[in-house]
Amino acid sequence: MKKRPFICLSEPHLEYDVIEPGCELNIIPVPKKAVLFFGTAYDKKGSPLFKEGDRVKTGQKLILYADSEEYVISTVTGTISSVSPYAGDFGKSYTSVQIDVSEDETDDAFEKVSAEQSIETVKNYLSYLPGNLPIKSFLDPGNKIDTIVITGVDSDLLVVTSQYIVNSKMEHIIKGIKILRSIPGINNIVLAVRRDSLHGYGNIGAEVKNISTRYPSAFGQLVIKESLGREVQAGKKPEDIGICVINAEAVASIGIAFSNNTIPTDKIFTLINKDGTKKLVSARIGTPISDILKAFNITLNHGDRLILGGPMAGSPVYSEDYPVLPDTDAIMVQDKNYIQPFSDYPCINCGDCIRICPANIPVNMLIRYLEAKMYQQAADEYDLYSCIECGLCTYVCVSKMPISQYIRLAKYELAGINTAEAANA
Amino acid sequence: MPNQKKLIVSHAPFCHDGSNISTRSNNIMLAALPAVLHGCYLYGFPAVGVVALSISSAIIWEYLINLLTKRPATIGDGNAAVIGMMVAMLFPATTPWWAVITGTFVAIVVGKQIYGGIGGNPFNPALIGIAILMLSWKNIFDIDQALLNYEFNFASAYPLVALKHYGVSSVDSYNLAGILMGNQTGSIGSGFGLALALGGLYLILRGFIRWEISLSFLAALLITSLFFQLYDTGKYAGPLFHLLTGNTLLGAFFLATEDSSSPANFIPMIIYGAGTGLMVMLIRNIGGHADGVVFAILLMNLTNPLIDKIRPKAMGKVNSHA
Repeated sequence: MKKRPFICLSEPHLEYDVIEPGCELNIIPVPKKAVLFFGTAYDKKGSPLFKEGDRVKTGQKLILYADSEEYVISTVTGTISSVSPYAGDFGKSYTSVQIDVSEDETDDAFEKVSAEQSIETVKNYLSYLPGNLPIKSFLDPGNKIDTIVITGVDSDLLVVTSQYIVNSKMEHIIKGIKILRSIPGINNIVLAVRRDSLHGYGNIGAEVKNISTRYPSAFGQLVIKESLGREVQAGKKPEDIGICVINAEAVASIGIAFSNNTIPTDKIFTLINKDGTKKLVSARIGTPISDILKAFNITLNHGDRLILGGPMAGSPVYSEDYPVLPDTDAIMVQDKNYIQPFSDYPCINCGDCIRICPANIPVNMLIRYLEAKMYQQAADEYDLYSCIECGLCTYVCVSKMPISQYIRLAKYELAGINTAEAANA
Repeated sequence: MPNQKKLIVSHAPFCHDGSNISTRSNNIMLAALPAVLHGCYLYGFPAVGVVALSISSAIIWEYLINLLTKRPATIGDGNAAVIGMMVAMLFPATTPWWAVITGTFVAIVVGKQIYGGIGGNPFNPALIGIAILMLSWKNIFDIDQALLNYEFNFASAYPLVALKHYGVSSVDSYNLAGILMGNQTGSIGSGFGLALALGGLYLILRGFIRWEISLSFLAALLITSLFFQLYDTGKYAGPLFHLLTGNTLLGAFFLATEDSSSPANFIPMIIYGAGTGLMVMLIRNIGGHADGVVFAILLMNLTNPLIDKIRPKAMGKVNSHA
């Protein structure tokens, strides 16, 4: 990663990486064991609709509990070997389903309905697509979505996945846009691409907008600000002002699904090695990360860090058995020698964070309140909820304070307090 | 999952630009070093003694406080050394040893540590030390008396005192180019204007001090003194004289820019710097002190928490006054 420059008159600029021309896609073979993740918590007393020993086919829709709307598309064919809980970030729990993989057999449920290219079909079969289609935003009647922003830019540094998709799968994106157009109420679709990558895309059915190449301009809120001139209010989601942000890969996957009459199961992502070198990889959703590391001879040692996503905003996982998920845009491996500890030094008020903050947050004051656990005051007076969690303040902090980490903790704590208050009201 | 290697997990981000406090402190001391060396050259061993005693005693006071409060030793960050150096730069060369030790005690203990250490001090610690000594033992800071036994090959009266007592006519005896090159009496670190300006420029380019504060300080000082001169040429000296004499350049680049006691937002930095420059000129031309830099900066430190509230609207916030 870039270090502080010798001449540092203004704040340091972090530029997004450009995809190298001729970057080849490495294809990982179908794994022997695959893991699928349900967002719903595992219920010990609940009765799952499938059990260990059941056979599933590629493209088959799996529903965990009868009363839940969530479904997962099996990306492999095989026998379910275990259904177990998985504990994630901030105490969230998931259900992981392990499958022993055998020869591919395609489930034909989607093929039967794929002639009807409508959002209903997308809703019923395509929510577990590579690129993670935020289908719930469309379904929620509370959100009056009228604008779709397709991000053809990668939000984190070192990641080039979306650029690859835009460069190589434009015809599928165009087809996907056509289907998104058919959603009632949608009157504006925008494709955001890098400012320097603009070559004539022709009539793609969406407005093409250029986005700055400086980090973090590809974050959802900033893309909306730059391409539509609209601002998402602090603490609100883009859906609240009628905008849905979709990854370019998800749109391309819709196009692929209706072109081939099968549900796509391969996720494309950027693999970032310990030395910072990048590889574009395509693997089945559900492939354990250990299989991918093995394919590239990357050894993960005790004390290293394994990150889903990029170096600035990714999330670390504690196990190599974690699978590739529909929203895995990058896998990054960090050597333990590179990992620097944070310090317990106080803020010295140098102002570097204020100058680099894309959301104009008075970070120097905010962090003082957060250290004192005064979360409500931090939110009321010092713009806690304006934070988009880009991590730049932590990146430049001369005291090496875990600023972004404090901010996340504060948001989590406040959410807990608000839920408890609402329950007791 | 038996026999598994443990991975490090923590929230994003996972990288850092490598900056740290000791680099910052070392560079500030490096930038101030030419001016200090010039002071040592001009005033000889007494000045060397004051600088050495000041820096070492500041570090020792900080360490003693660390021990007393049972907190981790913070002398490694270099901040105490910087404070010691700044205190030394503000002392005349003949300052007695007990005054130096008292000065650094006040600076480190009263000015910094009782507020919780680095980052917590509302005032510039070095200036707190100097101001208390100035009020308690005024004679120590009488430059002309302090340097009575020295002989220089240039006009040896302290320029600002000469101006105050003998009027503008006395300014003519000073050669501005000579003053810029360090041919003037004063405190140890304030005489060599060129070195201070280059040091300040270095710190600005490296991003260790905030240029907005230094430049608005100097701009306001020049403009105010120009207005005074235009108002009464026979009574007030010109802008360049005020720019190069006293602690002006030391204050603009090394004292007013102290991190914790100065604002961090753009407009507040401009107000803070300009306010300091204005106050310096008001004190020099109207007030009772010959050089107003120490008190002007302390006064503006006082306003820092208030003016630093002027800040741009954060993203996604609705202006409540609209």
